Amino acid sequence: MNRFTLIWRNLWRKPIRTVFTMLAVLVVFFLFTVLEGLRIALSLSDVGIEAQERLLTSHKVSLIMMLPAAYQSRIARLPGVAAVSHGTWFGGRYQDNPEFAQYPVVAEEYLALNPEIKLSSAQRQAWLANRGGAIVGRPVASQYGWEVGDRVPLRSSIWTRNNGSNVWEFDIEGIFDDTDAGMNAGVVLFHYDYFDEARAFGKGTVGWYVSKGDGSMPIENLMASIDAEFENSPAETKTNTEAAFAQEYAQQFGNIGLIVTLILSAVVFMILLVTGHTMAQSVRERIHEMGVLKTLGFTSGSIFRLTVLEGLLLILPVGILAMALGRAALAFVSGAMGAMFPAGLHVGTQSVVLGLALMLAVSLGSVLPPVIRALKLDIVALLRTA
Amino acid sequence: MATQLIQLTGVSKNYRKGRETVRVLDGISLGIDKGDFVGLMGPSGSGKTTLLNLLGGLDKPTEGLVEVDGRVISALSPGALAKWRSSNIGFIFQFYNLLPVLTAARNVALPLLLTSLPASRRKQHVNTALQLVGLTERASHYPRELSGGQEQRVAIARAIVSDPPILLCDEPTGDLDRSTADEIMDLLQRLNRDYGKTIVMVTHDPRAASFAHRVLHLDKGELGAPPEETPGAPGGTSP
Ligand SMILES: Nc1ncnc2c1ncn2[C@@H]1O[C@H](COP(=O)(O)OP(=O)(O)O)[C@@H](O)[C@H]1O
Ligand SMILES: [Mg+2]
Repeated sequence: MNRFTLIWRNLWRKPIRTVFTMLAVLVVFFLFTVLEGLRIALSLSDVGIEAQERLLTSHKVSLIMMLPAAYQSRIARLPGVAAVSHGTWFGGRYQDNPEFAQYPVVAEEYLALNPEIKLSSAQRQAWLANRGGAIVGRPVASQYGWEVGDRVPLRSSIWTRNNGSNVWEFDIEGIFDDTDAGMNAGVVLFHYDYFDEARAFGKGTVGWYVSKGDGSMPIENLMASIDAEFENSPAETKTNTEAAFAQEYAQQFGNIGLIVTLILSAVVFMILLVTGHTMAQSVRERIHEMGVLKTLGFTSGSIFRLTVLEGLLLILPVGILAMALGRAALAFVSGAMGAMFPAGLHVGTQSVVLGLALMLAVSLGSVLPPVIRALKLDIVALLRTA
Repeated sequence: MATQLIQLTGVSKNYRKGRETVRVLDGISLGIDKGDFVGLMGPSGSGKTTLLNLLGGLDKPTEGLVEVDGRVISALSPGALAKWRSSNIGFIFQFYNLLPVLTAARNVALPLLLTSLPASRRKQHVNTALQLVGLTERASHYPRELSGGQEQRVAIARAIVSDPPILLCDEPTGDLDRSTADEIMDLLQRLNRDYGKTIVMVTHDPRAASFAHRVLHLDKGELGAPPEETPGAPGGTSP
């Protein structure tokens, strides 16, 4: 018998109540973690530094309207532009899975502009050598179980081939890692030349231009000068940083994210309230016993510590376990749905700290008031409680 | 009176009841010898528990001094008083006041958590105390699994486990049937006679009071003369 025994036995005073409270804590912090992961993924708040320096130029009216391929050389000629390449939305899906990102690109240019795409040089050579080859972000490859050497069919919702089919086949020549969690993380990249020749319409157009400044002028000025170049042309442009585009793209999920956040916050809040109430109740039940302990010579301070530790023991281990399970669930989901969450689903230190702070708040918030109230009473008053 | 262990001098206690002040104890002076066994009787609400609480340092007098073994305990800080209580006083209550979440042995061990004794020595003390009250075989039972008499024995074991010189009992047999009450009184008598515990015991039961060396009567906050009829019950008075 030591002080921990006393804490432990008090914790299990009403085992069913303790189990239910722990279950509630488990559910709450599991939900909290998963929700945090979704919220972070949908807000794309961790778009990398490369994406903040790259410029994306699209059709002024809509991202889905095409731009002439000839714009590339005009952008390249502008002062302050170091490099320019392009991408196009392919709109493909694999089997019955949802549509995800694939871009036909000019390989060497695009890789140079997107250094966060990490591809082994052997695979890079293989891709450059194969006109029908493609490289794939690792999250997509793991979701669909693709390996180098596979030939995979993608059904485009936009592009029909010369032969009338909208199924395109590609040889997987490489699987890349993306260190930047930007718009390339979960994408399939293949050769623009091959695509342009084989498509039934839209030849000589691209979806958007990607460019990078040489640092000689502020990025805002560069954006303005690109758009000025195409002013009053049939296809006017809108240029922004890639990060801003990503943010805009995320907005469409943002509202869903917000609603999910609100609903789950309410659920979390309710369960925490119930948990807190139960804990407070369990402290109030033993006010008389606190009087007994004081009679035996326990000080207010030691009773305070025993009770607070018990409150922490009720919440923290289970809460931490729940967050670990939540992280495991997020890892599992991002493995299984890599194309949907190319940047993966994770919670960072900030969310963990927030979770721990919540645990402390529930635990202390429910234990402290009744304990402090009880310990303000003198022993005689404590003993006279029923 | 050189060995006067407990000394009360002009002790009064007021309680505030709403806007009124109620004087529960009024100028009580009292000496109790080491090794004495004092019964304290009186009508309900006469202040018996209050007096016991003052003796045990659970409460402080409004006026007057409470001295134990030459120390003015009514002047100690709450922390010092707690420490003093843990080594000087064993409390025994009418309703036992065991912690329901702990087994008998752990309830008995509770006061030893406040000592620096190593675990093995604590275990030894607990066994000794349980043996003394005759409950060794119930050590791992929870209070709800014990009878009232057994619970009170556990409470007595808890009161003596750290070997305090003074036992304060507040109606220790008040919740027990006659034969169980007798067993408890035998036990208290043994603790007084064989182990030299000084005992102050509040009781309503003349039978229990007959175990005491002397009986004090409290009425309307004052110690008064005992009523005429004296209880004639087994147990005898002084040795
Ligand atoms: N903490 C307290 N606050 C207010 N009144 C009290 C308190 N303790 C005791 N009293 C009052 O003091 C009187 C004596 O109480 P008590 O000592 O418990 O009597 P007894 O034990 O003789 O029945 C009672 O009227 C009781 O209501
Ligand atoms: Mg009383």
